[in-house]
Amino acid sequence: MADRSGMVEKRGAGLWLTHFGLCVGVLLIFFPIWLAFVASTVSQPEIVRPPMPLLPGDHFLENYERALFSGINAPVGLMLFNSLVMAVGIAVGKIIISLLSAFAIVYFNFPFRRVFFWLIFLTLMLPVEVRIVPTYEVIAGFGMLNSYSGLIFPLVASATATFLFRQFFMTVPDELAEAARVDGARPMRFFIDILIPMSRTNIAALFVILFIYGWNQYLWPLLITTDPEMNTIVMGIKQMFPSGDDIADWPVIMATSILAMVPPVVVVVSMQKLFVRGLVDSEK
Amino acid sequence: MEKRVKFKGWMLPLLLVAPQVFITAVFFFWPAGQAIWQSLFIPDPFGLSMKYVGLGNFEFLLGDPYYRASFVTTAIFSTLVTLVSMGVALWLAVMADRLIKGSGTYRTLLIWPYAVAPAVAGVLWLFMFNTRVGVVSWYLGLLGYDWNHVLNDEEAMGLVVVASAWGRVSYNFLFFLAGLQAIPKSVIEAAAIDGARFWTRFRTIVFPLLSPTTFFLLVVNIVYAFFETFGVIHTITSGGPQQATTILVYKVYSDGFIGQDLGSSAAQSVILLVIVGLLTVIQFKFIERRVHY
Repeated sequence: MADRSGMVEKRGAGLWLTHFGLCVGVLLIFFPIWLAFVASTVSQPEIVRPPMPLLPGDHFLENYERALFSGINAPVGLMLFNSLVMAVGIAVGKIIISLLSAFAIVYFNFPFRRVFFWLIFLTLMLPVEVRIVPTYEVIAGFGMLNSYSGLIFPLVASATATFLFRQFFMTVPDELAEAARVDGARPMRFFIDILIPMSRTNIAALFVILFIYGWNQYLWPLLITTDPEMNTIVMGIKQMFPSGDDIADWPVIMATSILAMVPPVVVVVSMQKLFVRGLVDSEK
Repeated sequence: MEKRVKFKGWMLPLLLVAPQVFITAVFFFWPAGQAIWQSLFIPDPFGLSMKYVGLGNFEFLLGDPYYRASFVTTAIFSTLVTLVSMGVALWLAVMADRLIKGSGTYRTLLIWPYAVAPAVAGVLWLFMFNTRVGVVSWYLGLLGYDWNHVLNDEEAMGLVVVASAWGRVSYNFLFFLAGLQAIPKSVIEAAAIDGARFWTRFRTIVFPLLSPTTFFLLVVNIVYAFFETFGVIHTITSGGPQQATTILVYKVYSDGFIGQDLGSSAAQSVILLVIVGLLTVIQFKFIERRVHY
C-alpha cells in the first residue's frame, strides 16, 4: 500500500477543507498555551485591566527571572529540581525493580512464585488517589514527609512495568538462554549481557511514559510536601495563588506554568516514536 | 505461558523479586489493608480511640445525601469528559486519516498536550475564564453573557469538564488515528465503488471496524475521569460551588484531610477500590476478546 491515493482520498476543495478543519482543531488546542505564554511576557497591570493583550510583551526575561530565582513561596528553580528528582526517581526505580522481578518470574522456578506473581499483579491499575489517607500515615510513620524518598517510593509500587517486561521476556528465543546455560554462564551474566541490551528500546519507551507520569503527579506531593522548599512544580503552582481576595501575581504564575510544561513536552515531542510505542505497550 | 528453559536455584530469584515485593507490601498492601480496617471504625471526638462500627460507615455513606450527590456528580462529569474528549479526537483523527501527506505533522502538533499535567491544564483554563482577568470571560461579557463559575454550578462543571478533556484529546487522537490507519483501504474503496458516500462508509464500515479501539478508549477515559482529574478539580473549583464539582476522589481527599473523618474517608477508599477492580476486570475481559478479533 505504498500509494494511498485511491478514489477515497480527497482532492481539491475537499482536501483544503480537511486541512482547514485540522488547523482549526490545532489552533483551539494551542490557544490556552498561547495565552499562558503571552501572560508570562507582559506586566501585571496589563493583565488586571482586561482584556489582556493577545501578543507577547517585553517582560519575558523579567518574569521568568523573578519566577526562577525568587518565586512566591519558594524559587521555581528549586521546584523544578524537586520535580526532576521525583520523575527520574520514579522512572528509574520502577524500571529497575521491574526488570529484576520479571527476570525472576520468567526464568526461574522457585517457592511461592505464583503467589508473588499475583501479589504484584494485584497492584495493576490501582491509583494512589484511592489509598491516600493510609499511605500518608505509613509515610508519616517512617518520618518520610517532606523527603524525596517519601515522594518516590509509594509511586514505585505498581505492576505495569513488571507486566510489560514479563511480556517482552516471553518473546525472547529460548535458544539464547539455552546457549548461555551450556556455556556455563551464570544467570546474572545472561541477564546483564543479553537480556538487558535486548530490552533497550522497551526500557527507553517505558522511561518516557514513567517520566511524564512522575512529573505530572499532583495529589501525592500536595499531601506530603508541606515545606515549600520540597514542593514539586506541578503542585506548587496552585500554592502561588493568594488566599482571600488579593490579586494573583499572574505573570509569575503563568511563567511557572510554562516552565512546568516544558520538560515533559520536550520529552514527548523529541522522543515521539518511543513515546507512542511506550503508550501503546503500557496500555495493551 | 511458560518458558521451556529455566535457570536453577531458588535463592537468587527470591532476592530478585524481594525489592518489588517489599515495596508493594509496605506501600500498597499495608495501606490498602489499613483502609479496609479503618473503614470499620469511627474515631471518638478526641481522636484518642477507635470504636468498632462494623459496616456502619458504609451504611452511613449510602444514606448520606452528600455522598450520593457526589456519585451523581462523578457520573455526569466522567460521561461528559469521555464524550467530549473522544468526540473531538475522533473528528480530528478521521480528518487526519483522509490526508495522503501531512497526517504525521498533525500528529506531532496534536500529541503534546498529553504531556501537560491535569493540574497545569486546570490553571490555564482557570486563567482564561477567571471572573476578574479572564480573556474569554471578558469577551463573553461583551456579548452580554455574565460568566461566573465561582457561583454557577453548570458553568463550574462545564469548565472542569473542558479542562479535563483538553489534554485527553491528544491521547484519544493517537489511538483513533492508529485504529483508522489499520483499516484496509481496499474495503473502503470497494464500498466507494459501490457508490457509498463518505458518511455511509463511515457509519457502516469504518465505525464498526473501529469499535475495539473505541471500547478500549471508553474504559481508559472513564478511569482517567474518575481518578486522574483530581488536579483539575482542586485547581479550578476545589469541589465547589457548594459541592457541585465534588467528584468521589475529591471527596476522599476533602473528608480525609480537610474534614479529618478517617473512618468515612477509608470507607470511601474501599468503595473506590471496588470500582477500580470492576473497571480492571472489564478491561481484561475486553483484551482477551481483542486477541481473537
